[in-house]
Amino acid sequence: MSLKQKSRLPQLLMLIGVLSLGAVFLFPLWQITLDAAQFPGGLKMHIWINKISGSEKNIIQNINILNHYIGMQYIEPDSIPELKYFPMVAYVMMALGLISLAINKAWVYLTWFIIIAILGALGIYDFYLWLYDYGHNLDPKAPIKVEGMTYMPPLLGEKDLLNFYVTSYPHLGSGFLGLSSLLALAAYWFKRKS
Amino acid sequence: MKTHFLNYVAGLSLIFLMASCGNGSETSQVLGGSAAEQAYVAPGEYDEFYAFMSGGYSGQITAYGLPSGRLLKEIPVFSKYPENGYGYSEETKAMFNTSYGEVPWDDSHHIELSQTDGEFDGRWLFVNGNNTPRIARVDLKTFETVEILEIPDVAGLHCAPFITENSEYLVSGTRFSVPIPQKDVPIDTYKKNFKGLINYVSVDPEHGHMELAFQIEMPGFNYDLARNGKGKSHGWSFLTTYNSEQEHSLLEVNASQKDKDLMAVINWKKAEQYMEEGKFTERQTSYFHNLMNEETTIAESEEKTLTKILDPKDCPDMVYFIPVPKSPHGCDVDPTGEYIVGNGKLSADMSVYSFDKIMQAIEDKNFDGDFDGIPIINYEAALDGIVKKPGLGPLHTEFDGRGNAYTTFFISSEVVKWDVESKEILDRQPTFYSPGHLVIPGGETKKPDGKYLVAMNKITKDRYLPTGPELAHSAQLFDISGDKMKLILDFPTKGEPHYAQAIAADKIQPNSVKFYDIEQNKHPHATLGESKTRVERDGDEVHVYMTAIRSHLAPDNIEGFKVGDNVYFHLTNLEQDWDVPHGFAIQGATNAELLVMPGQTRTLLWEPKKPGVFAFYCTDFCSALHQEMSGYARVSPKGSDVPIKWGLNEKLRENEQAAHDFYEKAKQNANIGK
Repeated sequence: MSLKQKSRLPQLLMLIGVLSLGAVFLFPLWQITLDAAQFPGGLKMHIWINKISGSEKNIIQNINILNHYIGMQYIEPDSIPELKYFPMVAYVMMALGLISLAINKAWVYLTWFIIIAILGALGIYDFYLWLYDYGHNLDPKAPIKVEGMTYMPPLLGEKDLLNFYVTSYPHLGSGFLGLSSLLALAAYWFKRKS
Repeated sequence: MKTHFLNYVAGLSLIFLMASCGNGSETSQVLGGSAAEQAYVAPGEYDEFYAFMSGGYSGQITAYGLPSGRLLKEIPVFSKYPENGYGYSEETKAMFNTSYGEVPWDDSHHIELSQTDGEFDGRWLFVNGNNTPRIARVDLKTFETVEILEIPDVAGLHCAPFITENSEYLVSGTRFSVPIPQKDVPIDTYKKNFKGLINYVSVDPEHGHMELAFQIEMPGFNYDLARNGKGKSHGWSFLTTYNSEQEHSLLEVNASQKDKDLMAVINWKKAEQYMEEGKFTERQTSYFHNLMNEETTIAESEEKTLTKILDPKDCPDMVYFIPVPKSPHGCDVDPTGEYIVGNGKLSADMSVYSFDKIMQAIEDKNFDGDFDGIPIINYEAALDGIVKKPGLGPLHTEFDGRGNAYTTFFISSEVVKWDVESKEILDRQPTFYSPGHLVIPGGETKKPDGKYLVAMNKITKDRYLPTGPELAHSAQLFDISGDKMKLILDFPTKGEPHYAQAIAADKIQPNSVKFYDIEQNKHPHATLGESKTRVERDGDEVHVYMTAIRSHLAPDNIEGFKVGDNVYFHLTNLEQDWDVPHGFAIQGATNAELLVMPGQTRTLLWEPKKPGVFAFYCTDFCSALHQEMSGYARVSPKGSDVPIKWGLNEKLRENEQAAHDFYEKAKQNANIGK
């Protein structure tokens, strides 16, 4: 009986891992907060796997209005292709996770872990490229000329940007993504031990 | 009689004495350090209560925070308000329509907040217009006036708009009796021709819409103030009257002769029954109902021509009178609904009536005759007790929910606290000077919040730095949480606040609208997006579909206007953020400016009088580049052939087809809105 239980543990871990990955559709991946005197409570922008939202319904319009003074290009979710194909990638990974469950071999769990880890790293790099793009392609005709013509929010951390104090950190979705990869790694570990 | 007169004289000389001596020393005694702390609301902190004060002859309402006494907003109601275009914009002009045409001003007296189960619910505020009899409704989600209903065939709607415990009705009475219907008669035929009316306006429980349900024809007295029963006395109204002498000249003497005037007691549930039975008569008249359409946000006027009248002669057991000593003013019902206080302003004592005793007297037919067929209830039978020599000139009473009543005394200039049951006087504090109304948060409801009391003083004299002959009126805040009332703050008020009502902030603050959802904007001339901005000519009418967003107006260059045109600027504020209104002003406009809230559309008519290029700009400092938020309108002579052109940072456009398509679509939208 106890032997049987032990042998089911990796599958159970992997199942929870797949469900955790599903949580990226329920929680934002990243949160960028803009704090300034005029915005009590700050403006919070949430980056999801499939959309951009915020602390209020019209957050993108309101951030775009502020950004246009320094000539930053408009954030238009419709023109960010990642928001369309990243969800597909997540679905595929969830499907692969379920297949690995069925196969239930150590190397399969390890492979899944490596793929999700690489995808996660690529996702963060891609996010960095977007931030760089927004922060470095400022319109030279903008009413306010930013020193060095760069206005790039930090990928991770906090920074003074003109009148705003910007904080950028992973949000719950990223936590679940990380958890999902760790659970796959654990599934691999226990499977190999058994 | 003689003693009354002497008291009166003594009271008056007291006022003069106080004024001439000054009250500096007395004030400094009262205002200690702890008092200042009690009224202190630290920067960035919120007040505990909203206080809504009527603006008196300003026709408006002001919202203050309590206990700080900070002015939060002036809400325009009965007076046009160029500050934001209320009454000048095409959308709000209709609010001022009456059977006398456009009336741009009134005298606002009494605030009534909407109630559910005898408690304030924070939905709407009602206020009366005295001079051109009207009742207005303010939506407390937006702090905007959304409805004004004229009351026909009355004069001086002072006795208004007193609300029932579930906001079923707003009760009002005529202050000046007049011939009904109006006719050309000698004034000295008053007793024969002049009548009073008591009006019941129903309030739609979902939308708040007002409708004149019925009017009760009454003897020609002056109906002064009223309250409705609550709890056990729900279904009854109590209205004080003066001038039961039915005089028409030198009222200050001739209407002060009788020892007792009459308080009207009305069973409105009975009146409803008579309405259902069809015991009313219909009369042709004219009155206006002006209502803000919630979808288009445009005020619409409707003239009504019929009113339904109940005559007490045909409707027994509906109306009674009770004698009240000497020209009563306020008439107030305690939180239990059992005690009704008659504030006889020229009387030395105050009469407190018992609702149970009134009911008993009616059942026993314990009447002292009648007036025009209306039974007069025996005074002693209805009386619960007398508050003996409480002060001079009692006007109004409110309650703290702990069994105490607080009455203002105009002549002796004080607030007196007394026990409702025992009629014992517990405390008295001087006010500076001569209080009219007073307010305790929820002080007229079943559940008063007996922490503060504000006395609204009619005379200011030396309380503040002088401002020429006209001085600010003065409000005084008392802490009434202890046994003794304690004066903690003076603050000046706008206009002449008569009554005020105060309500816990948490009943209003969470519902306060931050901006209008632009997706819900059904204004027929809305421009939902900068790409849809355009200018269209239709004869000598020109419509400019303009948008505002930080920090530009679109279009900002317009040509092709001609002298003699009627130019309508339909400005839509595209912002969807809190606290970003945009304004619009154009040189040569002879009306006002516009203040447009985010998501809203407002229209200003401009009639260019001479050729040239005229600047327009945003008047509400909206951003760091607000000063750049401006544009030009080119006006050509009448008959010139300069075509309509418009643009924003581009070669000016003149796409007539696009203009036409958009206009058609806007009209279509307007129809959907209806």
